[in-house]
Amino acid sequence: MNSTPAYYGFWQRLGRLLLKLGSWLVLLFLILPILVIVPLSFNSEPFFSFTEGMLTLQPEAYSLRWYQEVFTDPRWILAIKNSFIIGIFATLLSTVLGTCAAVGLAREEMPLRRFITALLLSPMIVPLIITAAGMFFFYSDFGLAGTYPGVIIAHAALGTPFVIITVTATLVGFDYSLVRAALNLGATPLRAFFDVIMPLIRPGVISGALFAFITSFDEVVVILFMAGPQQRTIPRQMFSGLREQINPSILAVATLLILTSIALLVTLELLRRRAERLRLAPAE
Amino acid sequence: MPARGALLHSLTAQEAGQAARARRRKRLTALLFVLPLLLFILLAFVAPIASMLWRSVHHPTVSELIPRTIAELQRWDEHGLPDEASLAVFAEELHALARKRQSGRLAEELNRAFSGMSSVVKSSARQLGRLQPEQLATDGVPTLLKAHRNWSRSEVWYAIKRAGMTYTYDYYLTALDLERHPDEGIRPRDTQIYLKLYSKTLTLALIITLLCALLGYPLSYYLASLPENRANLLLVLVLLPFWTSLLVRTTAWIALLQTNGVINSTLLASGLLDEPLEMLYTSFATVVAMTHILLPFMVLPLYSVMRGIDPSYLRAALSLGDRPLPAFARIYFPMTLPGLSAGALLVFIISVGYYITPALVGGTDGQMISNLIAFHMQSSNNWELAAALGSLLLALILLLYWVYDRFVGASNIKLG
Amino acid sequence: MARSLTTSVSAFALTAALAMASFGAAAQDSLTVVSWGGAYGAAQKKHVVDPFQKDTGVKVLFEDYTGGVAEIKAQVESGNIQWDVVDFEVIDLERACSEGLLEELPRDFLPAGVDGTPAEQDFIPEALASECAIGNIVWSVVFAYNERTIGSVKPETIKDFFDTAKIPGKRAMRKRPQVNLEWALMADGVPPAEVYEVLATPEGQQRAFDKLASIKKDLVWFDSWSQAPQLLNDGGAVLVQSANGRFYDSIRQEKKPFVIVWDGHVYDLDAWAIVKGTPKKDLAMQFIAYATGSKPLAGMPDVAYGPTRKSSMPLADQTAAPHLPTAHLDKGIKAGSEFWADHGEALGEKFNEWLLN
Repeated sequence: MNSTPAYYGFWQRLGRLLLKLGSWLVLLFLILPILVIVPLSFNSEPFFSFTEGMLTLQPEAYSLRWYQEVFTDPRWILAIKNSFIIGIFATLLSTVLGTCAAVGLAREEMPLRRFITALLLSPMIVPLIITAAGMFFFYSDFGLAGTYPGVIIAHAALGTPFVIITVTATLVGFDYSLVRAALNLGATPLRAFFDVIMPLIRPGVISGALFAFITSFDEVVVILFMAGPQQRTIPRQMFSGLREQINPSILAVATLLILTSIALLVTLELLRRRAERLRLAPAE
Repeated sequence: MPARGALLHSLTAQEAGQAARARRRKRLTALLFVLPLLLFILLAFVAPIASMLWRSVHHPTVSELIPRTIAELQRWDEHGLPDEASLAVFAEELHALARKRQSGRLAEELNRAFSGMSSVVKSSARQLGRLQPEQLATDGVPTLLKAHRNWSRSEVWYAIKRAGMTYTYDYYLTALDLERHPDEGIRPRDTQIYLKLYSKTLTLALIITLLCALLGYPLSYYLASLPENRANLLLVLVLLPFWTSLLVRTTAWIALLQTNGVINSTLLASGLLDEPLEMLYTSFATVVAMTHILLPFMVLPLYSVMRGIDPSYLRAALSLGDRPLPAFARIYFPMTLPGLSAGALLVFIISVGYYITPALVGGTDGQMISNLIAFHMQSSNNWELAAALGSLLLALILLLYWVYDRFVGASNIKLG
Repeated sequence: MARSLTTSVSAFALTAALAMASFGAAAQDSLTVVSWGGAYGAAQKKHVVDPFQKDTGVKVLFEDYTGGVAEIKAQVESGNIQWDVVDFEVIDLERACSEGLLEELPRDFLPAGVDGTPAEQDFIPEALASECAIGNIVWSVVFAYNERTIGSVKPETIKDFFDTAKIPGKRAMRKRPQVNLEWALMADGVPPAEVYEVLATPEGQQRAFDKLASIKKDLVWFDSWSQAPQLLNDGGAVLVQSANGRFYDSIRQEKKPFVIVWDGHVYDLDAWAIVKGTPKKDLAMQFIAYATGSKPLAGMPDVAYGPTRKSSMPLADQTAAPHLPTAHLDKGIKAGSEFWADHGEALGEKFNEWLLN
């Protein structure tokens, strides 16, 4: 439908044009605010706005000052390290638990299937402030607040719904007689799982893991309430920066994060294509 | 089910037993797969929330700080002053608290029950603390009553008595802007804060949902009408913000909206404005930033539904002579409703409980209920009230979630 | 297929192992010190935290906060102690101390000054007034304007801060009742010496809130002192309240055309205190003894804050001397620590209610 069909009248054409225009405006609304950050992060002044020098493209108005600051400030370095440590462990935990559960939930025989699915997906729906407040008290009682294991467990709980959703999606229409056949042929259940189910759900598992990772990587409310200064992550550091002291090192970090999300997006797209290929040609 | 029942009838009892066993085994296998996560979620997620809900009705602090006073007050008929003996017990306990540096906690607790009591308790505690223990019996009560006129008011003692209840629904009353009065029962409080804030939160969430629908619907329609690979390319522009950190997007809006920000300086430079607009730290900023953040949640389900609609339906109606707009409204729009309702519900659910963005760009007038919960958690340390406000919010969210699960299915959330 | 699975599993295991290794590194013993960030934080980092880390080998996590007692209270009451040492405004100190949130500190652990004066005589008396903390600087809350955005009429007194007819435009204040209510009363004609006496009465409080309300629509609120220079720079407000050091640093380091108005300033001490129940009390005391030594304190005039040790002044950068609060004491009042210990809670609540309505 690139070209409007011939039976379209003037008004339809006009409508189509307006639709296109409007849609592009919405797309710009979505993307421009993010792109604005990039040039601002090269500001040579400690403020959050374009300077006259920047607008007239004077080279001395631009600098890498804030990138340098990020990579030399021990707080940012700790935050970057923490984000990865917590993200990776939370992802491991939620991917293993979530994949397993999704395989069980996909089966018709699962008792109370609907209710349990809704329960397991609820961490995605319950407002973070409530989750965080609850966890603050509960985890404090067990000495887990302000520790790495505590934060990792909390983030893993928040990440599992995404794994369940993506894995379940790849299991739609899965024929369980294949598993039975493998078992009848003498495969151990574990082997049957890895050889029969895993290849099919792998794209789901990986994109679920990516979602779980980004959930942890981007999470700040639970961290605000529950983590100690030792567990300060990138978003936490940005939050206090925005709250207490706005300076462009936040913009430098933001630019780096935008690059990260582009990389993630590309990975996901490649995975999606691969999954499509697999589905079209299951006998690889 | 009837079919299966009929089938069982035609089998022998032994075969039926086998089938039932096999089914049980399958159920067990399925359950075993789910069990680890189920336990994990129950312990790491459900239990913390349940313990918070418990906190909203269970509050032993005051009865632990001044146990004997609270016990004495049980005899009091809630009118006039408690008797001399009760006052003496209180003076003694306050004296002890002052010596142990615990009067501050009592002051804070009583201040919640009766506004303004904080400084009264603290200064009275200081004056009582100066008395020697042996002076207490004679001078305790006079010192107390002289320390502040509030100690001669029956409302204050009523408030102390209520604050001393270990199990209480008073925090829910406060969360609903109500209070209990000894004679009038439950009545509205003088200062109405929370109901107003709930309605503001719902209004803002509704505005954000409407804006998302208004912007998302035409965009999804346009994308769905493009050839698939071109649409995928443009979808990247929707997915990139979706995948970009929330803090980054909020930061972006701060840079755009601030007084000397990108938008104001552009408008000033172009001569459209004489003086900068105050946009940051207002509810306007909350609405704009949250619409931007939540728009992908609207576009993705809408797009996937629209992609599945055969455009020939609409074309057929048009070629049959139907006018475009009515044809659209009668044929196309109803078919997109599942996507629209899924997106709208999701956006609404997420925005009602949102915290970060309003906290950073909302100023005082763009705050939502989550921000007040955070305030009571972190600044006023009124954890019980935070829990009560949180339970109300949770009830609302669970209701919406139930609706969503019923009509859309919880596992059908679109993740791009 | 199976091979690629093995590869990805082992890749993940490797990452996990690496993460585990750094995990151990991050968990090593350290001290969490909390202060105010911005220019002040930078000066403390340079003159106190970094040398301390170098001399003792202890890793210091240097955190920012925006004041108040709430976070400390939450930590103490939930038993989840995250902070060890906190730089308090004395205006909040009495409250935290009287509520049992801070460890009591002896005096004998403080070293003598570089010139040999015993600590008790070297410190100004106010610095040792509280049993919960050791004062380290004298600073002040002032307001400033920007030569670039101010009109032809320039503010000279605290009255002008509240006079929108004389100087139109937004005013920025910190979102707390502290200092703001004192300013309101002074601007309303209460003599500085009587401010706290008046503010202790319901009528006085009403008067202060009424005065604030008269400029409410022109007020912009911020949470942290360090946001103030940004507001003054980008035109977010014409008159901005902040700590004198924040403005001084923007003027000196960033060459901003800011002018400080000292009339009606409320000066106060900052003091180091230890959060009750921290497992690292000894290390925390070691830090405080170090941080309040003559030499580290001599670095504070970098941001126009006065050191609390007399022996520090000769070691300090003398160009800052006329910009220290101590050079302007006659124009201001001392922040009422005891007043805010008693009334902080009630007035804080009243203030929040007032903001929302």
